[in-house]
Amino acid sequence: MASIVQAEGLTKQVMSGDSPLTILHDVTFTVEAGESLAIVGASGSGKSTLLGLLAGLDVPSGGKVMLHGADMFALDEDGRARLRGELAGFVFQSFQLLPALSALENVMLPLELAGAKDARQRAADSLHQVGLSARSHHLPKHLSGGEQQRVALARAFVTRPRVLFADEPTGNLDAATGAQVIELMLELNRAQGTTLILVTHDEALARRCGKQLRLAAGRVVPG
Amino acid sequence: MNLLRLSLNLLRRDWRAGEWRVLLLALVLAVGSLATVGLFADRVRQALQQQAQSLIGADLRITSTRPFPPDYRESATRQNLQVVQSRTFPSMVSFREQVLLSEIQAVEAGYPLRGKIEIDDGGVHVAQAIPARGTVWADERLLRRLDLNVGDEVGIGARRFTVAARIVKDIDQSIGFSSFAPRVLMNDADLASTGLLQEGSRLSYRLLIAGDAVRVKALRTALEPGLSGNEKMEDVRDARPEIRTALERAEHFLGLAALTAAILAGAAMALAARRFVLRHLDGCAVMRCLGAQQRQVLWLFLNQFILLGVVAVLLGGLLGYATQALLVESIASMRDASLPQPGVLPLLKAAASGFALLLGFAFLPLLQLRKVSPLRVLRREMGMPEASGWLIYGLAVGVLALLFLWHAGSLKLGLAVLGGLLAGLLAFGWLAWLLLHGLALNSFYFQSQWRHAFNNLARHGRNAAVQVVALSLGGMALLVLTLVRADLLEAWQGKLPPDTPNRFLVNIQPDQYQPVRDFFARQSLPAPELQPMVRGRLVAINERAISGDSYPDPRARGLAEREFNLSWMEQMPVWNELASGKWWTEKANGELSVEEGVAKTLGIHLGDTLTYDVAGSRFAGRVTNLRKVQWDSMRVNFFVITTPELLRDFPASYLSSFYLPPDKVRAGDALSRAFPNILLIDTGAVIAQVRGIMDQIAQTVSAVFLFTLLTGLAVLYAALLATQDERSHEAAILRTLGADSRYLRRLHLSEFAVLGGLSGLFAAAGAVLLGWVLARFVLDIPYQSDGSIWFIGVGGGMAVVMLAGWVATRKLALRPPLRILAAD
Repeated sequence: MASIVQAEGLTKQVMSGDSPLTILHDVTFTVEAGESLAIVGASGSGKSTLLGLLAGLDVPSGGKVMLHGADMFALDEDGRARLRGELAGFVFQSFQLLPALSALENVMLPLELAGAKDARQRAADSLHQVGLSARSHHLPKHLSGGEQQRVALARAFVTRPRVLFADEPTGNLDAATGAQVIELMLELNRAQGTTLILVTHDEALARRCGKQLRLAAGRVVPG
Repeated sequence: MNLLRLSLNLLRRDWRAGEWRVLLLALVLAVGSLATVGLFADRVRQALQQQAQSLIGADLRITSTRPFPPDYRESATRQNLQVVQSRTFPSMVSFREQVLLSEIQAVEAGYPLRGKIEIDDGGVHVAQAIPARGTVWADERLLRRLDLNVGDEVGIGARRFTVAARIVKDIDQSIGFSSFAPRVLMNDADLASTGLLQEGSRLSYRLLIAGDAVRVKALRTALEPGLSGNEKMEDVRDARPEIRTALERAEHFLGLAALTAAILAGAAMALAARRFVLRHLDGCAVMRCLGAQQRQVLWLFLNQFILLGVVAVLLGGLLGYATQALLVESIASMRDASLPQPGVLPLLKAAASGFALLLGFAFLPLLQLRKVSPLRVLRREMGMPEASGWLIYGLAVGVLALLFLWHAGSLKLGLAVLGGLLAGLLAFGWLAWLLLHGLALNSFYFQSQWRHAFNNLARHGRNAAVQVVALSLGGMALLVLTLVRADLLEAWQGKLPPDTPNRFLVNIQPDQYQPVRDFFARQSLPAPELQPMVRGRLVAINERAISGDSYPDPRARGLAEREFNLSWMEQMPVWNELASGKWWTEKANGELSVEEGVAKTLGIHLGDTLTYDVAGSRFAGRVTNLRKVQWDSMRVNFFVITTPELLRDFPASYLSSFYLPPDKVRAGDALSRAFPNILLIDTGAVIAQVRGIMDQIAQTVSAVFLFTLLTGLAVLYAALLATQDERSHEAAILRTLGADSRYLRRLHLSEFAVLGGLSGLFAAAGAVLLGWVLARFVLDIPYQSDGSIWFIGVGGGMAVVMLAGWVATRKLALRPPLRILAAD
């Protein structure tokens, strides 16, 4: 199997007052195509920082990330955005739907940004897959938390991404709804053969992923 | 294409959520305000142009005291221009035993080329031709003074003519005071038969030319250099300078007033744009995360921005058109004058100004959206990307500066007003920041909610200061609209009070001095102030002989070559003002008082000795003071006044100006009959026209300030919206920590009271300052503000902002905190 995400010596420092604070220390690992990786750790251990760096949402203080063979940080901000558009899908704890757009329009958004011609049809299919065809013209504020996260899943998978980055996807949902969303996400993941990189502090969820990467105080620790 | 559709989709949704409303409203009002002024002024200007054309009866008029060389007429004809000639001369018109000196004008067929003469020959109508041979048309003055009726026969020279019509509306009159005599219009073909064309006849020739504007201009350029000394060329630009000045001054005032609305609109737009950006940070971060390029994000919002601009400009243009139309309809004299329709140029100018405002105040904040970090999807605490403050303010100020220069029409005026305004805004902003921090530092003297309010305001010191400045501008517009405007207009219109002199009396001989005064007493008219006048030429300054050649400046040369009207007086006329030096005492002698402007032109200073030649004998005097003279006061004024003993023994005539009430017009006719040598000049028409323009302008100013007021309210709305999200979040936290709704309400009202009070204070200061600037530099009148403006400003500011704030925040205190925090 070819590696799809490769992190080498990833380090992130920020200034805290006058002194530098290291949030991530020299993190190195590889994820193969089709694998699933759970990044786990306590609050403040650096999980979200690592996810942000892997997806090219932030730049590291040191080290590099190869996404599908491309050196993310050799690209400029727009280059990384293009790469994300081509390869990545996202699911967030706070859903991050655009409040002004309907469910269908939210799902169409990444396709339209990529200039796809059949955006409406593909988005409708995707919404159908998550069981929300009937709610496609509703605005996010008229959907429940679980429904909003399902719209986010439809949006994440509509571009058939190579990698899905998920940040605490059940963090804002009750246990039962959270479980349904996870089932749906893993099922879509399997069906599309997507690589999954998931940040969670839910150990049960982490165990359902093929690999776990445990962080403590910004360092990889043995699980 | 997808991006455009997405833009439109977002625009539709954002519109529903009210995001663009303030921006659109502000822009519509700004464009509407500028378009109103532009269109209105354009119509008045066009009307004035037409009026001026009809006044000289042509596009171009050459006057001369000698016959024209034939090539003038030939050149014009060659250019396919229409040409007619008229000959004018003074002559006695006789009817029964009475005779009256009149101005006879003999005209050729085709006369006039521009404008229309209205006559009454049994019914009032526009004259279709010139008087038929053997007939004349006479004006009202002649009919009245000779007790003539249409159909009567009058004698002119050796011939008798039938008065075929009364002239109702005349044109082609001389400009100025020479058109004092009654007028008679006759056919040029009859002129020879009157026997009045003799050697020494005082004929004045006029060549009227009209046609294609470019050709007329070319003809003017070709003929002008070759004109002889007694030939004078006039076109519409030269006509009615006094009205043109009034209009230009008013136009500047209106343009600047309209720009107040534009500045306010800018403030509202900046606040609205900032809120828009803050509310779209998340969306942009998500789009960036989903692969949107910076360019795509920019275009997504730029499309909305441009579309909004187009809609706003169209609506603003419509609003401006409708307002000026309503304005014209509401002003009786304009409605009756059937003004020409305005051109599109003012609309384009307003539209361009609208886009410039959008660029200056909303573009840069919008530009920041493309720089939103995608990491915000994980870290919401990441704020707005910082843009260079210098760039943002620099662009706004730059755009305003260009607009001011463009609309003020004068570099000096535009820069002065904008500079003053910006300096004022900065000073107010800085003062507001200082006061808010001062209050916070001393907050421990106050109750809890006041303390909390002061600290809140100080914590957001810069934003609060911006709000105070924006609200001050709105308040200032309101105060200027109400209090200052009333003061200004009163003072401005007071420049020409209703009893402004409307008649001049010229050529009163010394032996008529007392009889004229007795005549006034008999007619129950106030005794006129008769001023002595001696004509003399300046021949030397400090004993150095001068002539026209001593001066390069043509105006100075003219003044040095001609005779001055000199007068002597013991007291300075009350309508003059001493500029420097001292007025003489009773016993003084050999002293001169010179008008400031002419002194400057001729290089005369205090202490100089001037020598004058009066009919061959000379006298000299020392300049001991310089005077300011209001030439538009319609009173008798002199360039040079002397102490009495210098001129008393020279032959003098007297002149005077006085107000003749409309119901005593016949007294004027009686005066002309009793003293045939005295010229009675009617200046009432000029005054009426100037005052009419002032009245029209006053109404336009009200309409324009109404826009300013509305835009001021838009600023208030935008300022409240701009802080609403933050207020809502803070209210939720305070509620969670146990604050009851009464506490929250009192906290919000305290903040609004401070904001409103400060804004009101600054608004009053700004209004007084603006009033003074307008009075001093634009309207040229003294200005005294009313002390109540300060109380009204502060009290009104507190009341309005507290009320608006209460309306905007009353629900915040009642919403369950979790709902707000979850939505955040």
